[in-house]
Amino acid sequence: MIMNTKDISKRQTPSQTIGPFFAYGLTPSQYGYDFPSLVNGQMADTKEVSEHIQIKGTIYDGEGVSIEDAMIELWQDDGEQQLFGRYGTGTEDGNSFTFTTVKPKGVNGAAPYINVILFMRGQLLHSYTRIYFSDETQLNTTDEVLTSIPDDRRKTLIAKKKGTSYVFDIHMQGDNETVFFKV
Amino acid sequence: MSIGKHIGFDEEVHPPYLDTDYKSTLLRAPTKPLLIQKESLSQTTGPLFNDYSLGALDHDLTKNSVKEGEPVGERIVVHGRVTNEKGHPIPNTLIEIWQANSAGRYVHKVDQHNAPLDPNFLGTGRCLTDKMGNYKFYTIKPGAYPWGNHHNAWRPAHIHLSLFGTAISSRLITQMYFPNDPLFPFDPIFNAVPPKGRELLISDFDLNVTEPDFALGYRFDIVLRGHKATPFENQ
Repeated sequence: MIMNTKDISKRQTPSQTIGPFFAYGLTPSQYGYDFPSLVNGQMADTKEVSEHIQIKGTIYDGEGVSIEDAMIELWQDDGEQQLFGRYGTGTEDGNSFTFTTVKPKGVNGAAPYINVILFMRGQLLHSYTRIYFSDETQLNTTDEVLTSIPDDRRKTLIAKKKGTSYVFDIHMQGDNETVFFKV
Repeated sequence: MSIGKHIGFDEEVHPPYLDTDYKSTLLRAPTKPLLIQKESLSQTTGPLFNDYSLGALDHDLTKNSVKEGEPVGERIVVHGRVTNEKGHPIPNTLIEIWQANSAGRYVHKVDQHNAPLDPNFLGTGRCLTDKMGNYKFYTIKPGAYPWGNHHNAWRPAHIHLSLFGTAISSRLITQMYFPNDPLFPFDPIFNAVPPKGRELLISDFDLNVTEPDFALGYRFDIVLRGHKATPFENQ
């Protein structure tokens, strides 16, 4: 079929909140519903165990209370590996999330990072942030995005290495409000 | 970093983060300006799921969770087309679906609304668009339900839809509503969308897909944000 090359201007479909009851639809296996999940927090091939990293964290609201009904998605693409994961914050103690993946490579001299997409009740529109890694001391100091952020806020994007895990907490508001991006 | 004009996101139709009438936004909306950045590789791509193999009944919520009979309520068929702003179809893209049952009750364990669960209805499904961007799924028309936002608050009947499109910038979670719902003027979530955007969330009754002696048809076209047509950084 030949596409009409004239632009048909259509308005984007507006975003609406994920609401509190997404789990049986979007993360059913994790929450014990009888419907297979599309994806989960296990992003990397389980065979390459030695390269695995874990990313754990908690999402906090403006009063510092952990959020129990958020869904967090991770997307990484370093030109070699494309990995996607999704996790709901309603099943673990302390409302935390856990992902198992591999650390992406930095692209074109940038520090490696993972894209984060956040959804929750109380968000009419999802938020984007990024996970950088505390042990990338060299690249983090020259990275164009990180160096453009004031010192006191830059740390909100850097996951802290703790053993084989990285800890990445997200603060929606407050003194430690995470840097969110316009994507 | 380039602080250029942010292209693509249509602020005239999308809701803001903070909407004081929707109380849950008060402690969850980011308060600081969002950081604008140069487009990078991993933002011009996203999970595609175009080879995802759906279960045979994933697109039929009236059948995919039956235990002992048929779900109760009004069967409907929902169809439409997924395109970008220029009307170009987005083929093979995944749509995830979830909703309340006909009594306005969600299966989710946290839903405490005193309305019956339906043993034959889970209320979730998935479908892929075809090569022209068209999709279709069968379900039961969801009921309105009360929520705690304010006194006597009721959500208009809606179906939640989640789409990826071609990049993480086109990611969308939205809600499809039904025509002429009397609850529209009272719903802060619907009204958080600027006036220009609201009608885009309302499906149309469609006699053409209505199936005789079986199900009423509704049409809901979805427009995903297309990303800028710039070459990838590493090419």
